[in-house]
Amino acid sequence: MPLYPPKPDKVYFFGTCIIDAIFPRAGLSAIRLLEREGISVVFPRSQSCCGQPAFNSGFPDEARQVARRQLNTFNRDYPVVVPSGSCAGMMKHHYPELFAGDRDKERAFRFSGRVFELGQFLTDVLKIRLADHGNPLKVAWHSSCHAMREMGVIKNAKALLAQLANVQLTELEREYECCGFGGTFAVKHPLISGAMVRDKIDDIVQTGAKRVISGDCGCLLHIRGALDKCGLDVETQHLAEFLWERTNG
Amino acid sequence: MAEPARFDFKQNIAKALKDNQLRNNLRSAMDGLRVKRQDVFDDALELEELRRYGNAVKERALSRLPQLLEQLEQKCTQNGIQVHWAETTDEANHIVLEILQRHKATLLVKGKSMVSEEMHLNRFLARHGIEALETDLGEFIIQLDGETPSHIIVPAVHKNKDQIARTFHAKIPGAPYTEDVEALNRIARATLREKFKAGHAGLSGVNFAVAETGTLCLVENEGNGRMCTTVPPVHIAVMGIEKVVEKLEEIPPLLRLLTGSATGQRITTYFNMITSPRNSGEKDGPLEVHLILLDNGRSRIYADPKLRQTLYCIRCGTCLNHCPVYTRLGGHAYGFLYPGPIGKILMPQIEGLPAAGDLATASTLCNACEEVCPVRIPIPTLIRRVRNESYDASDAAAMPGHGYRRNLMEIITWKTWALVNSRPALNRLIIKLAGRLGRLMPAIGPLKAWTQVRSRPRFAPKSLHQLIREKGVPND
Ligand code: SF4
Repeated sequence: MPLYPPKPDKVYFFGTCIIDAIFPRAGLSAIRLLEREGISVVFPRSQSCCGQPAFNSGFPDEARQVARRQLNTFNRDYPVVVPSGSCAGMMKHHYPELFAGDRDKERAFRFSGRVFELGQFLTDVLKIRLADHGNPLKVAWHSSCHAMREMGVIKNAKALLAQLANVQLTELEREYECCGFGGTFAVKHPLISGAMVRDKIDDIVQTGAKRVISGDCGCLLHIRGALDKCGLDVETQHLAEFLWERTNG
Repeated sequence: MAEPARFDFKQNIAKALKDNQLRNNLRSAMDGLRVKRQDVFDDALELEELRRYGNAVKERALSRLPQLLEQLEQKCTQNGIQVHWAETTDEANHIVLEILQRHKATLLVKGKSMVSEEMHLNRFLARHGIEALETDLGEFIIQLDGETPSHIIVPAVHKNKDQIARTFHAKIPGAPYTEDVEALNRIARATLREKFKAGHAGLSGVNFAVAETGTLCLVENEGNGRMCTTVPPVHIAVMGIEKVVEKLEEIPPLLRLLTGSATGQRITTYFNMITSPRNSGEKDGPLEVHLILLDNGRSRIYADPKLRQTLYCIRCGTCLNHCPVYTRLGGHAYGFLYPGPIGKILMPQIEGLPAAGDLATASTLCNACEEVCPVRIPIPTLIRRVRNESYDASDAAAMPGHGYRRNLMEIITWKTWALVNSRPALNRLIIKLAGRLGRLMPAIGPLKAWTQVRSRPRFAPKSLHQLIREKGVPND
């Protein structure tokens, strides 16, 4: 078990590029949740992307260039809270590798040590208590591969959902299986990606839940697109937005 | 193995995905194997300890590969096993041929061996008038149909019972049509028994070779391996040079990892340890045992300390069983002998990137393979490495044919991406434009591929950056 720092006064928030452009409400909700816990949130305007798209596509130099931007931006000693298991995994587990032999090696290493996935931060560091104000609702949960296998933070997300008294969580039969997003994979191999996501949405639909929650907007973008394309009326929502919606007011 | 010119990955993928029968066969087989593995490794902590041990044994063995191979040769020779070195598959084939011709052998009975598949041995021997008969049930089935294995451990996994029933009825003289598994087994057994007796020589693979004792270990379930290695007067074992381990005491944990990962068994029905030919006074066993040590690109992989991890592989196949891409495509779509995650890192290194580099594109990097690999090969990291080398034309790259994918279009795309993501003002402008104009973007290139199976991404009218500026979250 990793050791967690005591509750800090201030944190950095890394919004992720997908949330910035497509799911800004998820980012805003995450900030509100943190602020409600008495944390002052710093959102540096010069942040952009963690660098993973290039890192996974065979362009490590470009990935490093963008990652270095984040090292420069998040340069103070605050924890960095990331509302995505995948981007958090990149920054926590792959920056050291990306900067091996680089002049910023030490800095990258120290930075990685400060990275937390949002759900992990809310539970393990803030020990948040949630009061559910919403109506009874059944939801399905989608685990992103990197949240599950790189960051190991699925238990945190589920612990948060379990605090919502009126929310019934139904598990997917093949929760462990990738939805087929995979960043550029989704456009390099649309057929395989399509076969994978169709199985995923079948799995979601068979739960009977009308909403699927996840901690990763990459997967949600892909799953939402496939649900739309198939004309299925299942909503997708980021965990932060869902938590805020249920507990605010 | 498909020649580069004939290998059209995209077309193979499209074809495989249309085959519903194949998808169903694979799904149920993979589910079965996965559940069995889970049951046999029910203690997560023990499994982690074992995997760490497996990794350490292979790391240590590989770090001393040249010495261990020499030791193995020396011990085997002392024990009466004749050792041969082959740098290429062609050399290995000729060594086999020469042994067989010396014994005037025309029928070779074969136990399961992926290395012999790598050599295309059967095809080679056929050209020289020698019949090579597969005796592993799965291999036997696909040989009847003239196919290649679609899985490392279960080569005929793409077929179901009915398909096998049809094959047997059509290809084995006198075999009645039956879908009864026991009856099918009986047919295979009766057919193979005669061949074992008639075979002039037997060939097998090697799962582990122990340097300190000169012992060849062979894991199997059907007894055909034991027949191939004991009934005919000559036994030829073929192995990749990475299969050598240092000590005998390392075998039990490795065996546990292998059988548990491969088939979810605590132990296989047969485990053969071969240390010598028939000694004087013994009543059975082959009169000659040959060991062929094949390199075929392995020493090049060995030379790079990171890529070397590819050689830890004990060919358990569990990365295939857990791979969401393999589960949908099956092995044949990959076009090369080793499919799935291990194939994506091994084949480009053996065959060269221009031939097989595309395999590495077919991964979401979901990490399912790394999570289960019994010797903890960081497969996703190595897939990334293959991708890097695919674009890397510099001297720093190690794989044959590196830089083969380099093209201006992608270089410009990623350079632009890096620029946009390192200039905050530019980044904000682009995202703002996407929010305003995203709907108007023409569906070409990546967007076209995206919308094939998904609706268009809907950019938010206001980005998080904009919302935050309005809300007044501190910048510093
Ligand atoms: S890479 Fe690992 S999981 Fe895959 S076949 Fe080899 S040993 Fe097994």
